[in-house]
Amino acid sequence: MNTPAYNKPLPAPDPDSAPFWEGTRAHELRLQRCDDCGTHRYPAGPHCPSCRSTRATWIKSSGRGKVYSWIVVVHPVPKEVYHQDVPYAVALIDLAEGVRIASNIVGCDPRAITADMPVEVVFDAVTADVTLPKFKPA
Amino acid sequence: MWKLRDKYSISGIGQTAFTKASGRTVLDLASEACKAAAEDAGMALDEIDGIISFHFNDSIPAMAVASNLGIPAVMHAVDYTAGGNGANLIMLAATAAIEAGLARNVLCYRAMNGRSGFRLGGGREFSAQGITQYTAPFGWITYPQAMAMWVRRHIVKYGTTAEQLGQVAITFRENAGRNEAAMQRAPITMDDYLASRMIVEPFRMLDICLESDGACAVLITGKDRARDLRQKPVYITGGAYGGGPSQGDDLFDAIRWPDHSQNYAAYIADDLWGSAGLKPEDVDVAEIYDCFTYSVLMQLEGLGFCRPGEGGPFVQEGHLARNGRLPTNTHGGLLSEAYIHGTNHVLEAVRQLRGTAGARQIADAEIALTTAGAMTCGSAMLLRN
Repeated sequence: MNTPAYNKPLPAPDPDSAPFWEGTRAHELRLQRCDDCGTHRYPAGPHCPSCRSTRATWIKSSGRGKVYSWIVVVHPVPKEVYHQDVPYAVALIDLAEGVRIASNIVGCDPRAITADMPVEVVFDAVTADVTLPKFKPA
Repeated sequence: MWKLRDKYSISGIGQTAFTKASGRTVLDLASEACKAAAEDAGMALDEIDGIISFHFNDSIPAMAVASNLGIPAVMHAVDYTAGGNGANLIMLAATAAIEAGLARNVLCYRAMNGRSGFRLGGGREFSAQGITQYTAPFGWITYPQAMAMWVRRHIVKYGTTAEQLGQVAITFRENAGRNEAAMQRAPITMDDYLASRMIVEPFRMLDICLESDGACAVLITGKDRARDLRQKPVYITGGAYGGGPSQGDDLFDAIRWPDHSQNYAAYIADDLWGSAGLKPEDVDVAEIYDCFTYSVLMQLEGLGFCRPGEGGPFVQEGHLARNGRLPTNTHGGLLSEAYIHGTNHVLEAVRQLRGTAGARQIADAEIALTTAGAMTCGSAMLLRN
């Protein structure tokens, strides 16, 4: 029996983001920290928006944060891709390191999500090559 | 700050029918609207030497319209990559181009088969490259999904209610009932709004704008030329384009935006009012970008018509109705007239200031506000007759 092919968007790592996606495969949520001013940044990028430095080190995030905002997708788009997933929650999560990340909230009723709800990262290996960081109530 | 107060005029307007299936090319739609705008002004197309549009690669380049219409000297054919933020931006860009001597008379248009062709609301590229690798893999793909994240913060921070959002949709639909060009004219009640199906919480179907095939165009000329033309000039008296820090890598991406309970409007308000020497109380009629109900609240607050967080009560008190303090979206807006990406708002403002808005005319309208944008960046103009 064939397993149905994963048919959702998959990240295409680039030179800026490759360490991030390598990290999730290793079950680590990695962030860039500026070597000059210490500010963390996400999404990955070549410059520190705070001090414009190009020098940064990838660190392992605590993976803990709080829900900043969230939505519950009810109408699937495209329907054939998401019809079995609705209702699902997408959230903006403020990580303890001071950056915000977009992801899914899993492991709870999407209608039970509240602002500032504490969450922690979990890793979802959606294909052999790609692991997505998702979040569950902490 | 934009410095060209009253030096340029919107001297002609043109549009196509607004439909769900035009059966025509976008080039055809764009050309019809542009030609109509020149004819409305009584200007020969041979006098046009600038043409500016904005799009997301869902339209045709300005040079194509210039070629199709046989414009002989095309000195400034430019396309902006923009969404709703672009509708007033391209018109301010036209004033800048003329002022700089790059062109004399400039057509600005937006044209799309937004329902029968590429549907902006249907999601972006499915490939998750660049900034979309941080959003699309989580099933965060469509604009309604992007903007629901904003209204949620307004609800969390200020307690904004469904009924307050619903009043925006109901008011604009009522206005569309007076507009024969509007795609949705049947009145809706609060019960209808509340019963409309959830698309992406907190948004119901009636929070979300239409999808349309069509085109709108304006002709921008210097004020002296405007006075020789067929129509009563409508002067651009103020304008601003911009937004806050961390606008994102594209229009969808607002991951780093500091506070999703307020949008671009708060950041351009001082420049907008300052450029015109006007204040919110001076506005007689407002055409406010309404891709979603919430965006109206954030622009009312950001531009100073009410305080932050008071957009909901402001709407609920009836101030946006045609007999209210700030008659808004007298044509029905993107929610009920058509989604021509905010350019249709400018056409309506011009009609109101010419006094030719027929059944939806606001008496003695002298100052109109138009806005364009809902998230991290946007543009706005103040027009006067």
